[in-house]
Amino acid sequence: MTQQHPRLREFKFTLYRIFRNPSAIIGFSLLFIFAGVALFAPQIAPPKYPHNPYLMPHKGFSPTPKPPSQTNIFGTTSGQYDIFYGVVWGTRTAFKIGMFVVGIAAFVGVTLGAVSGYLGGIVDEALMRITDVIWAIPTLVLAMAIIVAFGRGLDKVMIALALVGWRWYVRVIRSEILTLRDQDFVQAAKIMGVSDLKIILRHILPNAIYPVLIMASMDMGSMVITASFLSFVGLGAPKGYADWGQMVALARNYIVGPPGDPLKFWYAIVIPGGCIVLFVLAWNLIGDALRDAFDPKLRRR
Amino acid sequence: MEKILSLKNLKKYYPILSGVFRREVNTVKALDGIDLDIYRGECLGVVGESGCGKTTTGKAIIRLHNPTSGHVYYFGKGIKSEEPVDITITKNFALKRLGIRGKLQMVFQDPTTSLNPRMLVKHIIAEPIKSQERMGGRELEDRVIALLKLVGLTRDHLLRYPHEFSGGQRQRIAVARAIATDPEFIVLDEPTSALDVSVQSQILNLLKSLQQTLNLTFMFVTHHLLVVKYISNRVAVMYLGKMVEIAETEVLFSRPVHPYTYALLSAIPIPEVEHKLGRIVLSGDVPSPVNPPEGCRFHTRCPFAIERCLQEEPLLEAVEAGHQAACHRKHHIEALIAENFGQNWISALR
Amino acid sequence: MAKLLETVDLVTNFYTYEGVVKALNKVSLVVDHGSTFGLVGESGCGKSVTVRSIMRIVQEPGRIEGGKVIVYLDERDKQAGIDLLQQSETYMESLRGDRISMIFQEPNAALNPTLSIGDQVSESFLFHQKKEMCTKIYEDLCAPECQLFYPIKKIQQAVYGMASNNPYAVSLKIMNKVPILKRWQKRLKKEAKKRAIDIIDKLGIPNPAQVVEQYPHNLSGGMKQRIVIAIALACNPVLLIADEATSNLDVTIQAQILELLRRLKEEVISSILLITHDLGVVAETCDRVGVMYAGNLCEVADVKELFGNPLHPYTRALLDAVPKFSVEKELKSIEGNVPNLVTPPPGCRFHPRCPRVMGVCPQTFPEMKEVKKDHMVACYLY
Repeated sequence: MTQQHPRLREFKFTLYRIFRNPSAIIGFSLLFIFAGVALFAPQIAPPKYPHNPYLMPHKGFSPTPKPPSQTNIFGTTSGQYDIFYGVVWGTRTAFKIGMFVVGIAAFVGVTLGAVSGYLGGIVDEALMRITDVIWAIPTLVLAMAIIVAFGRGLDKVMIALALVGWRWYVRVIRSEILTLRDQDFVQAAKIMGVSDLKIILRHILPNAIYPVLIMASMDMGSMVITASFLSFVGLGAPKGYADWGQMVALARNYIVGPPGDPLKFWYAIVIPGGCIVLFVLAWNLIGDALRDAFDPKLRRR
Repeated sequence: MEKILSLKNLKKYYPILSGVFRREVNTVKALDGIDLDIYRGECLGVVGESGCGKTTTGKAIIRLHNPTSGHVYYFGKGIKSEEPVDITITKNFALKRLGIRGKLQMVFQDPTTSLNPRMLVKHIIAEPIKSQERMGGRELEDRVIALLKLVGLTRDHLLRYPHEFSGGQRQRIAVARAIATDPEFIVLDEPTSALDVSVQSQILNLLKSLQQTLNLTFMFVTHHLLVVKYISNRVAVMYLGKMVEIAETEVLFSRPVHPYTYALLSAIPIPEVEHKLGRIVLSGDVPSPVNPPEGCRFHTRCPFAIERCLQEEPLLEAVEAGHQAACHRKHHIEALIAENFGQNWISALR
Repeated sequence: MAKLLETVDLVTNFYTYEGVVKALNKVSLVVDHGSTFGLVGESGCGKSVTVRSIMRIVQEPGRIEGGKVIVYLDERDKQAGIDLLQQSETYMESLRGDRISMIFQEPNAALNPTLSIGDQVSESFLFHQKKEMCTKIYEDLCAPECQLFYPIKKIQQAVYGMASNNPYAVSLKIMNKVPILKRWQKRLKKEAKKRAIDIIDKLGIPNPAQVVEQYPHNLSGGMKQRIVIAIALACNPVLLIADEATSNLDVTIQAQILELLRRLKEEVISSILLITHDLGVVAETCDRVGVMYAGNLCEVADVKELFGNPLHPYTRALLDAVPKFSVEKELKSIEGNVPNLVTPPPGCRFHPRCPRVMGVCPQTFPEMKEVKKDHMVACYLY
C-alpha cells in the first residue's frame, strides 16, 4: 500500500462507502447542480434590482400566467413574475433557509445534548425536561405566532424553525453519548486526567456526530418544505420574493387550467414545485446514503 | 516490603432505583468490605468469576468511580505529598495537582473499545503526556516513538488508526498509553482475555519485562488462573464482593485453603493431557450480589458447608504468614478434600 | 470408526472492500461417529467459517467456492454419503437443528427475549418432530385407558390420525387457520411442552417445570447456554456443533457445561464438533483435534498424541505459548502477526513466522500427510 496520510486514506474509504450506493450518486449530483445554480445565480439570471436581487422582476400585473417564450424561458407566473429568475434565485433562498435553520438547530442541539448526556444527573434532568416542553410546541403555530408578532418575512420563518428544530438533535446526540460515556476509551481518558471539555470534544463528539450528519441532511430538505409551506399559506416570504414556496403560492389559482385545457398553466406550478421536490429528494438520498455508509455494523466490509 | 497501596474496608454499593421518584429499593453489593495491601514492585493477581467485584476493586483504586465507603491510601513516590493520600476522598483536580493521576494507570480488557477509533496512534499515546506536562511537538513525538519502541512497535505505526492493527498490537498501544506518564501502579483489567493464545504470551512477556525495567507495581485482574500463575507473585481470590483467600502464588496453587479456590483450580481447563485433576464441579450459579447469602457467601455452593457457615460470616484471617483465608473450616480442608475427592487430588497439586 | 462428516478441500472466500479474503484454503477434515472433534486456532484462522460452511450459513459477503461436505448420517450405511453443498436449501433447513445442531457463543443471540423458555424449546420439537408426536398422541387416544368424552375422542382420533400420516397436509393447514378448529393443536403443544420439560430436566437444570415458564432474562449465562443446548438436543442430533459455546462463561460454569457435553455425548448424541480457542478445553474434552492456522488445517491427531508429540511448528509454538499448570518456564511467543488473508503468504501460510522455515516452504503449499497412524501434518519437515 502506498503511503498516504491516514486521514486522507480514511476519507477516501468513507467516500468509497458513500458512493458505492447509487442513491448517493443521484443525490450528490442533484445537490451539485443546485449548488452550482445557487452559486452562479448572478451570472445565470442577472438581477434587475442590484440592491435587492431576491426581488423577482415583473413586467405588468396581469394575473394570468404566460407560457414560456423568448423573453421568459420558463414563462411567467401570476403577476407576470419571471419563473426562470425566481427558480434560480429561489435556489439561493432554499440553501439559505436550510443552512441557517439546520446549522443553528444542530449546533444548539449537539451542545445541549452533549452537556446533558455527559454530565448526567440533575443537569441532564433539567435540560431534558426543557426539551420536553419545547417538544410540546407545534412548529407551525410557533411560526405563525412569531410572524403575527413581528411581521411577515422569511427571516422570521427561519428563526421560528430554528427555535424548535434543535429538539431532535438533543435526543439523538444524548442517546449516543450515553452509550459512549461508559466506553473504555472515555474512561481511559478520564484516568489520564483529560479535562471534561476535551473528552467531549475529542473523544465523544467525533464518535457521536454521524447520526447528526444524517439527520441534518434529511432536515435540510424538510426545513425547506416547511418554509415553502409557510410561504404558500402566505406567512413566509413577502410578495415578489424569489422563493419556491412563494412561487407555488402565486400560481395557486392556476393549478388547474380553464375547462377543456386543465394543463394549460402547468409551468407555473410544476417548475417551482419540481424544484422543491428535487431539492428535498437530493438531501434525503444523501441522508440515506450516509446512513448506509456510517452504519457501524457494516464497517470494514 | 514496602506498601504502595492500602485498601481499608472498601465498599461499593450500586443503588437499584425504582418507581416514579427513583427511590432506592435495593443495592447491588459489588464490593463489600475489601481489605488489601499492595506492596511496591509486586504483581498481585486478582481472580474470581464475573460479577465478583474484581474489576470494581481495580477501578476504585484508580478512582474511576467513588466508593460508597472505605479508604484507599496511596503511599506514592515523586508526588507532591509526603503523607499517604486517601484516594477515595481526594477530588479529581486535587489528584491531578498532586501528580497522582499519572501515577495510577489502567489497561483495559478490550483494546478495540479502549482506544478511540477516530484518533491516530500518535495522538492516543501523546494525550496522557500532554495532559500532565507541557512539551514541544518534536520532543513529544520523540517520546511517543520511544514508548512505541518500548512496547515493540515502530515509528511506522505512528500515523495509523487503531482499526488497522491486530488485537495484540492494539493492546500494545494501550500499554504504551498507560506507561506514557511514568506510572508507579497499573491496574491490568483482563489485558489478555480478548486476545489470542499466541498473542497473549507476547503481551504477558511484554508486561513482565516492563515491570522489571520500569519498576512497576501491577494489579492483574483476570479470571484465568493459569495466567495469574504465570505472571503474579501473590494472588487474591474474590467471591461475591469479598476476598476469600490471599496468598503467595506458589502457596495458593499448592496449598489452597478455601473450598472455592479448590473448585476454581479444578475447573480450569488445563492444556496438558497428563495432568488431570479430578473435577470438583460446583453446583448452581453465583448468587445475586443484590441479596448475598447470609453467613459465608459461598455456603450455597460449598460442598463442605456446615451449620456455622450458614449463620456466621467468616473473617479473612491468617492461616500462616502471608496467607489469609476466610473460611470456618480452613484448618480441616485438606482432610475434607481427601475424604470427598480422594487423596491423589491433594498430591496432584504438589 | 465410521465417518460421520467429511469435508474435502473446502474453499470459502469473502469479498470485501480490501479484496478477496481467502478464509478457507482447502480444508479437509473427518469427524467420526462417536468422537469429539476439537477444532482449535486463533481468531480469524477460519475455524468458525469452517463450520459455517459445513452448515451452509456463511454470512455475506462470503461464498463457498469449492470442495465437498459429505455427511454419513447412518452409521451402518457407509455409502450413503450426502454432499451438503449440492443439496437444496429446503433440505438444509430440515437438517439444521434436526440431525445436525449448532450452538453458538452468545446464548442471548440464540434465545428470543420475548418468548418463554418452554415455548422456545417446544418450538424445536414442533418443528422437527411433529409427525412423531402426532403418532404418539394418536396411540394414546386409541389406548383403552383413555378417559375422554366419546365424540370428542373420536374427532381427535380422526385429526391426529390424519396428522400422523402427514402433519403438513393441506386440510390441516386450513384447519390451523380456522378459529375454533385450530384448537386441535392444544394436545400437540402440551406434548411438546412435556418433552421440553423432560429434556430440560435431563440437562440437570433444577425445577424444570418452573424454568419453562420463565423468560431468558430471568436466567444466568450458564443456564441460558444450557437452554440453548436443550433446544439443540431436542431432536436427537447425530452431530452437535459447539462454536465457542463455553468461552463467555465463568470457569466454574464452563466446567459444568463441559461436563454436561461429555455426558450428553455418551448418552444422547453421537459426535461433537467443538470449536474453541482454548487449548485447555480441547485437552479436557476432545478425542481428536485439528489445529487451524490462517485458513489451513495444519495438524490433525488424537488428543494425547497432539499434546504429547506435536509435529507442526505452529502447534508446537502454540503449546509453548500457553501458560501451564505443572511447568514453570518462560512462555514463548510466536513472533509476528497472523497474516492478512487478502494477501496470504505464498506457499505454507505459516512460513513467515515459522522457526524452521526451509527453501521449499514459500513456494508450494504442503499437502496433508499421514505421518504416523492417525496423525496428519501439513508440513515439509515430515
